[in-house]
Amino acid sequence: MESTRIKVPSIAKRGTAVEIRAMIMHPMENGFNFDTQGATIPVHIITDFICRYMDEDVVRVKLEPGLAANPYFSFYLEVQQSSEVQFEWHDQDGRVTRESATIQVA
Amino acid sequence: MRGLAPLVLVVFGASALGDHSAPRSGYQYLSPETQALQNDNFSNPGMLWAEAGRKLWSEQEAGNSCQSCHGSASLTMRGSAVRYPRYVPSVGQVINLEQQINRCRTVHMHVHAWGYESQMLLSMETFIAFQSRGMPIEVKFGGQEQESMERGRLFFYRRRGQLNLACANCHEQNSGGRLHGEVISQGQTNGFPIYRQLWQTLGSAHRMFAWCNESVRAEPYPLGSQEYVDLEMYERWRSAGLRIESPAVRR
Repeated sequence: MESTRIKVPSIAKRGTAVEIRAMIMHPMENGFNFDTQGATIPVHIITDFICRYMDEDVVRVKLEPGLAANPYFSFYLEVQQSSEVQFEWHDQDGRVTRESATIQVA
Repeated sequence: MRGLAPLVLVVFGASALGDHSAPRSGYQYLSPETQALQNDNFSNPGMLWAEAGRKLWSEQEAGNSCQSCHGSASLTMRGSAVRYPRYVPSVGQVINLEQQINRCRTVHMHVHAWGYESQMLLSMETFIAFQSRGMPIEVKFGGQEQESMERGRLFFYRRRGQLNLACANCHEQNSGGRLHGEVISQGQTNGFPIYRQLWQTLGSAHRMFAWCNESVRAEPYPLGSQEYVDLEMYERWRSAGLRIESPAVRR
């Protein structure tokens, strides 16, 4: 599991758009770097980022090599009811890192 | 009054390049965009390591955790980073924060030391240094610390490598000037561990020293070596009064 950080407001007013932020610690090796011995460092990246709210995909991103390390996403979510906001990061080897937070809608 | 005008000019002329009357944080040499990245506690990538360190703080190993002795880090670790490196009598030499963390692990927790520059040690160091954010550096200089600082000072002024440059040639005589597109900072260490954009990862002061040594084509010393701890000691003396910014973002 990689170190992650998420920011989801704990309380929000129905119908408003709230800012969601998510970041994961990851080298995002693009396959063009060399180690100290001159050997190529193989590609090692996160390939998918998914955010779910009310059991529905609200954001789905496909990541490619060439992105900077520690990918960071920020977006707005229009909230309708109290629910868990779930985050998933898939890496190229199929490992999944999950994180979640609950948002209370008043 | 008439004699004052040229004097003022001279002072201002000197301040443009390499004025060392007051220490300036590396933060002040950054572009506004990079400063904004450091200011935002969420988007600052260094906070990923601080977060990982926060989890490690309470993680039990061999029945103990950092928390079981030290309690809440926000109370007990506040101000600890500003006091290192320092002389520890039982070790018999000046050690830095990383070495103190490892000493705690081996002596008190009876678990293996983390490798220098390992993910674990960097995370814990970042978390501890983060607790002292905003506090001015105030290292006490007893006899041993003074000796270590003097050794560090010699290191700082000694020319080395194929380019035959001392730390002082860039970071003292030419700070504020440019090296290609980069603005040369004073090389202060108040932001370490730093998230360095060039590395795309977090690194300790010793990694930066080694990087700098390699840049002047000198053989770097091993990370965690006494030479670098002494240099760190001297850097602390130079940056007295600067506030801790860990984890800082640098180019």
